[in-house]
Amino acid sequence: MSKKIMVNPRNAYGEALVELGKKHKNLVVLDADLSKSTKTIMFAKKYPNRFFEMGIAEANMISTAAGLASCGKIPFASTFAVFATGRVYDQIRMDIAYSNANVKIFATHGGISVGKDGASHQMIEDLALMRALPNMIVIAPSDATQTKKIVHLMAETYGPMYARVGRADAPLIYNEKDVEDIEIGKGMVVEDGEDITFIATGTMVEPALEAKKTLIKQGIDACVIDMHTIKPLDTQLVLKYAKKTNGIITAEEHSIIGGLGAAVAETLIEKSISTKFLRMGIKDIFCESGDPVDLLEKYELNSKHMVKKAKKLLK
Amino acid sequence: MKTVTEQEINKLKLTAVKIRKHIIEMLYLAKSGHPGGSLSAVEALVSLYFVHMKHNPKKPEDPNRDRFILSKGHAAPALYAVLAECGYFDVSELKKLRQIGSILQGHPVCKYTPGVEASTGSLGHGLSFGNGVALAGKLDKKNYRVYVMLGDGEMDEGQVWEAAAVASHYKLDNLTALLDRNYLQIDGNTEEVLRLEPVKERWNSFGWHTIEIDGHDIREILDALKKAEQHKRQPTIIILNTVKGKGVSFMENNVDFHGVPPNEIERDLAIEELELVEKKLEALL
Repeated sequence: MSKKIMVNPRNAYGEALVELGKKHKNLVVLDADLSKSTKTIMFAKKYPNRFFEMGIAEANMISTAAGLASCGKIPFASTFAVFATGRVYDQIRMDIAYSNANVKIFATHGGISVGKDGASHQMIEDLALMRALPNMIVIAPSDATQTKKIVHLMAETYGPMYARVGRADAPLIYNEKDVEDIEIGKGMVVEDGEDITFIATGTMVEPALEAKKTLIKQGIDACVIDMHTIKPLDTQLVLKYAKKTNGIITAEEHSIIGGLGAAVAETLIEKSISTKFLRMGIKDIFCESGDPVDLLEKYELNSKHMVKKAKKLLK
Repeated sequence: MKTVTEQEINKLKLTAVKIRKHIIEMLYLAKSGHPGGSLSAVEALVSLYFVHMKHNPKKPEDPNRDRFILSKGHAAPALYAVLAECGYFDVSELKKLRQIGSILQGHPVCKYTPGVEASTGSLGHGLSFGNGVALAGKLDKKNYRVYVMLGDGEMDEGQVWEAAAVASHYKLDNLTALLDRNYLQIDGNTEEVLRLEPVKERWNSFGWHTIEIDGHDIREILDALKKAEQHKRQPTIIILNTVKGKGVSFMENNVDFHGVPPNEIERDLAIEELELVEKKLEALL
């Protein structure tokens, strides 16, 4: 097996902001004392007058971003996913979603692979929270290349948006050409297959691709869809693969409640599609401190468990 | 700015009465809403919209306009009446407050109503929003000013103090907050519900320039707004000492009229009282 190239999506975010800052003079960035971690510091160094350090006061940061947007700015507000959503839900609801403000919330440290900081910092409800808000677009990019492209799309598309990436370095899945034509709201068939479909988002796309490699050796041809946009969900693609293959497994570093799995389930049942179906995610519990690899193993969110579950589902 | 004559003050007082009559009628027709905190805010709103602020109702999106943000969103009827009287929309819209399909929602929504800058109703957000507008103004080197009206009950919200810290940190002297200090919130007196005093010192300690005045005296309000505009390198808060329910005797200092509209008898009584004042003022003009 060729060695994986690891790149941190957070760095891709920082780089994208710097690129966009040059192109869009009305792009501004806000952070809540985590600029070194979210990588907004890269923008802050390049464009200090367009970077607003808001201190550890996330509620104020979100409403301030909305005020900036009301003056034609394109604000990117960043912090960890826990603080970027749950802590400031009311501010997002009122000042961004209800007001249909052109604010982009870009969160890092989403999911349980945050690791040793524990459940206080492992955000597993953000996609559900953001999905429930009218007007809000919800995105979880899967690798650094895609992250960069998506940040560009976010800046250049009007409307409230939430995107989250994880903390850790992530294996590169795509080159620039692969993501050239991606669109917000359109899933990507990364690897086609006939027997079963993995619909994965964010950090779960790469393990799904690994699972595919193992499954093919065992006579199962899996399709892997990168569903980077959770809302609006690419329902056509979901329905197409529900019909084409014999089962669907959704995978997300998020609660099984309210996120990608729930969105896919809603789509299937409303179209009366009867298929074998399984949601992989955190099963309505808080996780714990630990090494990310060990956590993903314990909570059954890696390629090994994807292989197991695919085989079981098709039985 | 030229000095405002006694005649002009009387005209503004008359406008304030008109706004109060609208508020009473709107709330009566809507059969819900917040009279107390709407009535206490009237003189400040009239001073801002009819004298102090640079704004053009025909160009509500003018990038150079002064902005007003009603952080205490439940005083929406006062803001709507003022916007209508300025010409942002037809006065007849006021009758449709809180009805299905109306541009006048129970609490302000920026995308629904011309002249409304921010969606409020959940307390504590407005000053932060104002910070964003003020930061954008500094960044773009624009001369517009930002006004945020806060409630005194609203001071309980932690986000207000986050915003207070940020505004002084960034020296947002293009931002003026107006505190409608009427001493009442839903559960009672502000000092009994959650002590707010010494409110002036609290704002001072957050690095703000503070001015305390009679919030129903239009001349004092206009002077304070001018002083705030001239004060540099610090945001200003004008503490408006007000009376909840001001202008309607049985609503004054009566917490029961925080969120309960007048019934028909109360409406008639209130309008009668206000028309008496109106006649006296008209006689002076």
